[in-house]
Amino acid sequence: MRSNTVGWLMLAPTILILGIFGIAPFIYVLYVAFHHWNPFGADPFMSYNGANNFRRLVFDDEFLLSIGVTIKFAFFAVVSEVILGYLLAQLFMREFPGKGLFRTVHTLPLIVAPIVVGSVWRLMTTPSIGIIPNLLKHWLGYDLNIGRDAGSAFALTVIMDIWHWTPLVTLTLLAALLSLPREPFEQAQIDGANRWQIFWHITLPMIRPAILATVFIRLMDALRTVDEVWMLTSGGPGAATRYVGLHIWKIVFPKTDYGYGAAISVIVLYLTLVMCWLLYVALVAPRQKKVTE
Amino acid sequence: MRQSSPVLYLLFWIFLSLLTLFPIYWLFVISVKPAVDLFTTPSLILDHVYWKNYVNVLTNETLRGYMYNSLVISTSNAALVTILAFMACYALSRYDLAGKENIFFWTITNRMAPAAVFLLPFFLLFTQAFVIGEWKLYDTKIGMVLLYCTFNLPFAIWTLRPTVDGIPRELDEAATVDGASTWQVIHEVVFPLARPGLAVTFILTWVFAWNEFLLAATLTSFNARTITTGLSEYVTTTGTEWGTMASIAVITLIPALIIFSMVQRHIVAGLTFGAVKE
Repeated sequence: MRSNTVGWLMLAPTILILGIFGIAPFIYVLYVAFHHWNPFGADPFMSYNGANNFRRLVFDDEFLLSIGVTIKFAFFAVVSEVILGYLLAQLFMREFPGKGLFRTVHTLPLIVAPIVVGSVWRLMTTPSIGIIPNLLKHWLGYDLNIGRDAGSAFALTVIMDIWHWTPLVTLTLLAALLSLPREPFEQAQIDGANRWQIFWHITLPMIRPAILATVFIRLMDALRTVDEVWMLTSGGPGAATRYVGLHIWKIVFPKTDYGYGAAISVIVLYLTLVMCWLLYVALVAPRQKKVTE
Repeated sequence: MRQSSPVLYLLFWIFLSLLTLFPIYWLFVISVKPAVDLFTTPSLILDHVYWKNYVNVLTNETLRGYMYNSLVISTSNAALVTILAFMACYALSRYDLAGKENIFFWTITNRMAPAAVFLLPFFLLFTQAFVIGEWKLYDTKIGMVLLYCTFNLPFAIWTLRPTVDGIPRELDEAATVDGASTWQVIHEVVFPLARPGLAVTFILTWVFAWNEFLLAATLTSFNARTITTGLSEYVTTTGTEWGTMASIAVITLIPALIIFSMVQRHIVAGLTFGAVKE
């Protein structure tokens, strides 16, 4: 076994950078979370108020509601993206005419900035002047009005997210599929396994870590979405699409209630962490145990 | 393997591409319409093209500067992040470091924070902590490159780790037995095999850095301002210049596409085919 010093040296820059730009701001936010602080309010100075901010958020209906819709949003978006993304990645493993072109086309949504994505989708779907409500009305007689109908506004944010982020899943899973060794597959084919058996017993276990990593990334990004949804619906109608990122945004910027915003951020961070940790333990830990046994 | 009809295949891909391209097509439509036309009943086909927005954008020197900043920041960030993450993944995968799984999990927690509240501590770090005489980290490209590591580095480590883990250890060991140094093992054995993963990581981190908006809007003013932030200056509370914004957005697709096509040729099956023979 080689010396571990080399390993630590290779890890050092990462730990250093994330330590400075990750931990230091977090400590600051944690400190603010225990204070009353509204720099533009009647009392602009920071004053210690114990756990009052946290007590307040437990009874804050708007916050609790936003947590609920955020989780619903993240669930629908991430599940669809992973399934679609995996299917597309599998299709890109084959050879067909124009593959390079289709792959480029399929990665295009990624290079559009979220704020632009939100703007375009908004212009496409604004009632009466947007192209989509017009086409739907003309072709199907369906009246899409995201300014009034909470359900369709929610669905639209999910569809937009799927449109924008499925390519990410496709690319990461494609990279994982491409670096798999060939032999197990050849062996299985020789042994007469069918497609489903190959998928279930060989492909899935082998790319499981990659799927997990992708689910994590997409999950935490969906839980903190701001720009796109802000541009598309501004959180409306009512609070139907006011996801937790937007909720924090509204508290910190228009209301400048900084202490409370910090407390909510800490809690959201904590919830995200717990969710991901549970997923991690449920999906990774039993695997590792089996391997070591 | 069953053979499916190539025509059906092609039709499927064309249909899917049309769905994918539609919002981008609409972005283009918005960019070539005068402002008043946006608020009339829309039609799918463009009847006349109005290039004025593009002329305005292309002759704007400030926006050209922002574009340059964006290119420098995203490319250096993606390169730095890919290299650091590759090193970190190799260390996590091949060495028996104490608490390495906890370190691995900790890295991703840096990506979880909701951005809004974290802008202030970053601002304080950039304007008050990292100050040497007259020089501040605020509004510098190096500052943005380092800052973007907070969300890109965890992402890169998590997407690369499965790739590096998946490269059979037997290959490393065989090379070591043959007298290769650690550097040679990384450079000549692991690196070529991890190529698809590294290419995808580079592309995606580049995209995240290129598209980032909140941090750049808070922590830069002119010298390091990025094009995404520049474009959002046309989205204001009093009204948005949709056409100008959309034409900047269309123009920013071009460098991104060039980078993509340069890196995409590396997303091909590696040499893992039968590398380990038993």
